Amino acid sequence: MDFLSNLALGFSTASSIENLFFCLIGVLLGTLIGVLPGIGATATIAMLLPITFQLEPVSSLIMLAGIYYGAQYGGSTTAILINMPGESSSAVTAIDGYQMARKGRAGAALSIAALGSFFAGSVSTFLVAIFAPPLTAIALQFGSAEYFSLMIVGLVSSIALAHGSVIKALAMVALGLLLGLVGTDIYTGTPRFTLGIREYSDGLNFVAVAVGVFGIAEILRNLENEKTRSLLMAKVSGLLPTRDDFRKMVAPVLRGTVIGSALGILPGGGAILASFASYTVEKRVSDKPEEFGQGAIAGVAGPESANNAGAQTSFIPLLTLGIPANPVMALMIGAMIIQGIVPGPNVATEQPALFWGIIASMWIGNLMLVVLNLPLIGLWVKLLTIPYYVLFPIIMAFCSIGVYSVNSNVYDLFAVAFFGLIGYVLVKLRCEPAPLLLGFVLGPLLEENLRRAMILSRGDPTTFFTRPISATLLLIALAVLVIVFLPSVRKKRDEVFQEED
Amino acid sequence: MKSTTFDRANLLCGLLFIALGAFFALQSLTLELGTAFRMGPGYFPLILACALILLGGVILLQSIRIEGEPIGHIAWRGMFFILPAPIFFGLTVRGLGFVPALFLTALIASFASGKMKPLTALVLAFCLTIFSVLVFSYGLGLPFRRFGPWLGF
Repeated sequence: MDFLSNLALGFSTASSIENLFFCLIGVLLGTLIGVLPGIGATATIAMLLPITFQLEPVSSLIMLAGIYYGAQYGGSTTAILINMPGESSSAVTAIDGYQMARKGRAGAALSIAALGSFFAGSVSTFLVAIFAPPLTAIALQFGSAEYFSLMIVGLVSSIALAHGSVIKALAMVALGLLLGLVGTDIYTGTPRFTLGIREYSDGLNFVAVAVGVFGIAEILRNLENEKTRSLLMAKVSGLLPTRDDFRKMVAPVLRGTVIGSALGILPGGGAILASFASYTVEKRVSDKPEEFGQGAIAGVAGPESANNAGAQTSFIPLLTLGIPANPVMALMIGAMIIQGIVPGPNVATEQPALFWGIIASMWIGNLMLVVLNLPLIGLWVKLLTIPYYVLFPIIMAFCSIGVYSVNSNVYDLFAVAFFGLIGYVLVKLRCEPAPLLLGFVLGPLLEENLRRAMILSRGDPTTFFTRPISATLLLIALAVLVIVFLPSVRKKRDEVFQEED
Repeated sequence: MKSTTFDRANLLCGLLFIALGAFFALQSLTLELGTAFRMGPGYFPLILACALILLGGVILLQSIRIEGEPIGHIAWRGMFFILPAPIFFGLTVRGLGFVPALFLTALIASFASGKMKPLTALVLAFCLTIFSVLVFSYGLGLPFRRFGPWLGF
């Protein structure tokens, strides 16, 4: 049984003392930043990336993955306790979770969220383990044309799931791709767009761009109008859900897991979409829809399971194809590249310990979250009282150290400031940064595959349409684009994002 | 009235994208373009840059017709202190060394908030520096010089 021996390899890798330790650090850090409003998982992972370079590749990826799903947990804690989602994917949890907390059932709501997430996380970890190898086998058949088309699908989907104007998101992708091309041309060795600065001939540092566009821009936005956070916190008591609660949460958790696992694979931010879809479904199938918004258990259990399942399955495109499904996955690709691992289908065959170790660590990390976080809730709540003006100098210092430690290149720090400014300006002009970062990561890959495909086809662009897999992928991309531009879908999409805000 | 109003954010956004697109397009033209068969270094960027200019144009056109929400508050103070912080760190980390550079960087960043008091900022920067030296320099062993040549070490 290949599947079992693979999992066994994964668990033996993930359960070495060192990796367990970094997994723990990862989930704790993740929960911490998930709890603290104002710093997202993307910014934190970007900042911590360089620090993890000192570690073994497996340990560093395990830790980064831990931060990602830890943040999902932490985000729901604040959503329930103070009606302030720490992560955008837990925005839905706040609707019913906070109402439960106000009725004195904060403890139960937190446990339901944690148990639902754990269940969904376990199931989707197995899904990743089951589906990754066959997808990898398919991916190995891919030529340059297929890769090009696949990346187009990824970029188009990131547009569909971004907030606001589709045209702006498209422009952000184009800009991101262009920024990704800065550096030396791989075929001819010609420096491009470096402004004559030799330090940029290896390309713009990915960490610098990510920290600037996500981290610094976010800090600046938080500094616009500093409000003191009012803490109307519900007291946490009675952690264990009653038997009745359990009965009510089973079906929503199962449905949420299915919805989340399916949507998580979609490029562009599956976890957020998953939690919204799950909430809508729960409301529709419930025989007491009026309970929603008043503290319905299904309104917490469903979306929480869905977003965790989605967070987990978004690793599938990363691990099998090397294509990121969201900005966090883009950062993971960055981490792999700097560790000297070429992301893509070869990872599973060439580095089985790494591949399966990451998958197994997801389950272990989820278990740690359940075991640790319920008792630690009091501590997380305390952390909420730290004022923001103390936090951001710390973030700035870590940013600087982090970015500098990648290459000891002073110009990377200048790039951070520059991209912080650009990121802030773009946010002010209502442009979403996620498509830009995806474009930045995919830019060089996209160009390389385009050029190679064109050389192989002797300059005939129809190669993208005559190869069946490539044609199918391009059709999917076209369909997504058409759908996004359809007036009715556009309206619906606006509504969904409005609710989220 | 409605025909004369336009959305400031979209107007600026369109212009920004056009300007960036123009920059990349002009730079691409100085590179070898090649053919579709054998693309040169300038081929793909030129296509992207033209697309960016085009999209910028569309956003510009949209700004005339639809009026959106205002741009809102701008964090001038934040930009004034936050953006120089990493630049300062970059300029001084080799000369002054890790410890003083980090201390001053944290101090500069602290003043981005109107609520920060000087004493709090000093204490914060001090604790932060000690923590970072312990974790990054001793703990993770990052190869930074703790005190640099400018201080006579």
